[in-house]
Amino acid sequence: MKSFLGQRAIASAISLVALIVLVFFLSRLTGDPTTLYLPVDASLESREQFRKLHGLNDPLIVQFGRYVGDLIRLDFGESIRRSEPALDAVLRAFVWTLQLAVITMALVTAAAIVLGSLAAFKVGGLFDRIATFFSLIGASAPDFWIAIVAIVIFSVNLGWVPTSGTGSVWHWILPISVLFIRPFGLILQIVRGSMITALSSAYVKTARAKGVRNRPIIFVHALRNAMLPVITVIGDQAAALLNGAVVVETVFGFPGVGKLMIDSILQRDFTVVLAAIFVTAVAIFLMNILIDILYAVLDPRIRY
Amino acid sequence: MSHLLEVRNLTVDFHTAQGTVHAVRDVSWHLDRGECLAILGESGSGKSVSASAIMNLIDCPPGEIVTGEILFEGADLLKKSGEERRQLNGKRIAMIFQDPLSHLNPVYTVGFQIEEIMTAHGWPADKARARCLELLERVGIPDFANKVDAYPHQFSGGQRQRLMIAMALALKPDILIADEPTTALDVTVQAQILALLEELQRETGMGLLLITHDLGVVAEVADRVVVMNSGQIVETGSAAEVYRAPAHPYTKKLIGAVPGGGDMAQPLDTGIAPILEINGLSKHYGAFAALDNASLTVLPGETVAIVGESGSGKSTLAKCLLRLEEASMGEALWQGRDLVTMPARDLFEMRRDIQMVFQDPTQSLNPRMSVYQIISEAWAIHPDILPKPQWKERVRDLLEQVGLSADHMFRYPHQFSGGQRQRIAIARALALEPKLIVCDEAVSALDVSIQAQVIELLTRLQDELGLSYLFIAHDLPLVRDFAHRVVVMQGGRIVEQGPVAQIFDAPRMNYTRNLMAASLHPDPEVQAERRAARDAIKEAS
Repeated sequence: MKSFLGQRAIASAISLVALIVLVFFLSRLTGDPTTLYLPVDASLESREQFRKLHGLNDPLIVQFGRYVGDLIRLDFGESIRRSEPALDAVLRAFVWTLQLAVITMALVTAAAIVLGSLAAFKVGGLFDRIATFFSLIGASAPDFWIAIVAIVIFSVNLGWVPTSGTGSVWHWILPISVLFIRPFGLILQIVRGSMITALSSAYVKTARAKGVRNRPIIFVHALRNAMLPVITVIGDQAAALLNGAVVVETVFGFPGVGKLMIDSILQRDFTVVLAAIFVTAVAIFLMNILIDILYAVLDPRIRY
Repeated sequence: MSHLLEVRNLTVDFHTAQGTVHAVRDVSWHLDRGECLAILGESGSGKSVSASAIMNLIDCPPGEIVTGEILFEGADLLKKSGEERRQLNGKRIAMIFQDPLSHLNPVYTVGFQIEEIMTAHGWPADKARARCLELLERVGIPDFANKVDAYPHQFSGGQRQRLMIAMALALKPDILIADEPTTALDVTVQAQILALLEELQRETGMGLLLITHDLGVVAEVADRVVVMNSGQIVETGSAAEVYRAPAHPYTKKLIGAVPGGGDMAQPLDTGIAPILEINGLSKHYGAFAALDNASLTVLPGETVAIVGESGSGKSTLAKCLLRLEEASMGEALWQGRDLVTMPARDLFEMRRDIQMVFQDPTQSLNPRMSVYQIISEAWAIHPDILPKPQWKERVRDLLEQVGLSADHMFRYPHQFSGGQRQRIAIARALALEPKLIVCDEAVSALDVSIQAQVIELLTRLQDELGLSYLFIAHDLPLVRDFAHRVVVMQGGRIVEQGPVAQIFDAPRMNYTRNLMAASLHPDPEVQAERRAARDAIKEAS
């Protein structure tokens, strides 16, 4: 296990380095940074001054060396628009996103597992049909549309919850609800399919012949076996949320990393974009390692 | 007096998309305390259906119990509620299954799974634990105090079946239903498991219902036997009676198809140059030798059988020969050229001459390819054998050669029965006009009567085409009827080899003798003698 974790850490580090290199050169490919940072009518002198200030006249390789050196010290530079270190801004936003992602995924996982398992127990029954119907709608509904409609109905017309921002528990309800829908629909389908396979397996037949009650058959015998493919999808969906639920955060004015990234791109605040990419990438690598550990915990046949 | 368990006029249908299947029709039998009843039948005979009905394991729909009663101690199980039946399952009536690996939950410890049958019926956890340890010791699990927290995949096949038995007997049930309990096991392990079941039956006085396709198993343990064919009972009687004087034509056919009674082949003239000569072939995985210094020869037109228990290296030998695995040492001379060191380009040509037929034709035939595509693919790979315009004609010939008809050409594997699929696999092997066919347990998955047909086919092809076979098998009676020479393997080594008559009539090694003694004969009287011989060996050692 230890050597496995070591290997995974090394593999993740290599991916991270590749990502960092890619981000640097891609951002240089988008053209002269001065045309991006400075107003269109900026004078040649101010452009030259800007270049000198940020070392843009140096050879690319020197710039890259400086960039890597800064990264190693976790120094992403100052945010041009916010006048604070870029990393601070990103970490502050990331805490919001992390809370949003963890709460949403916890609710999604619990609901999808319970309802998906019950749907699989009587395939084609009324409960199964209702669950399948709604999960399909959920899995295919566009979240920006749901977000706007939800604001119109629950905030504007009914006035039950605030339209945007943070501050109270009430502010969390709409973003979480909207983010909940799609992964819930998707994961419920995966749980259902995986549980149908597990419930028709030979060991479930043994359990029935032993006189085990239905509830432990579903939630003890079948579920743990059915969880491996489910965890893969949960990880996938959680990664999407950690990356910042860009649309939903923007619609609800939620100060998460997704909104920060969009704002920074629009404002040409590249140090912040870079820091955000770095932080979310590290978070996703860590989560993938966590998922690999979970596999081994759930299935004793998996040993690294 | 009423019987302990009685099935009366049971009819079960399965409603499928293709229409209604009558799984069993008007089936009646009974079982008493201390008795062993065998239900004998081939696949699809409905032999397991009444057991599933007793255990409430038939899903309705698609299943439907149309008529009948299942009386347990005089009360009809089919009239009881789901909860009442759950309370009987495991406690009064228990069941063990064919493949213990898939019937044990892979993600829980065996201790948990054995204790669960007790806790599900209201035992406190500590009492269940104590009983679990007692059971593991009783069924002969070594180092049971530690093994109780191990997972099913950490046990051998025979041990897993012992675990299933421990589980089933935890609450001292009145009836144990054993559905093909030894089919997936080696003969020696099979003998041990059957002996254990008999011992436990004597200890507890339970009724044992044994579902099997194997007349040898019936002869070894059953008092009475019920013979089933396509959902109906064709014959009932004591095991000895039914074997000695079968009344129904189906029973006669079944007994007639059992291998092991024919003449043994004479060895071929050893003056001929061997087509294949294996010298000191070894395969190591790290420090473990899966195959250790194996040497044997195959003559043209000869059948060499390789027998041994699982893990003895039989399949590794075949794989190294076909270069599906790279041998660590040794040579395999094919008409004078070494297969082991042959460069890949020559190997391509050589593969034509050596073909393989696998155990499970369902898995070895691509389900998305028609029979025509499966067979003609070989000529697409080796284009110089046959020009494309002649493919159809040749496929037709090959199908007729293996006993299928030309209009089967454009069907897909799932439209055939198991025996027919194995014929397709043989036709595919023949397409390249090989000189040697490696049959890896090629008939093990087939019913006895189908087995006999496939063996007959292989024999005919050998006579017509002068083929050699390397016949890997664990079924000794089959080998006895089919092989010219027999190679016995144990733990990666060849322990004995010789002409079939010598191995079967005068085995030299203890291991071979044990193997022979453990194999089951369909005649209950012969089986009783063998059992005596086996006990003698046990006492002597």
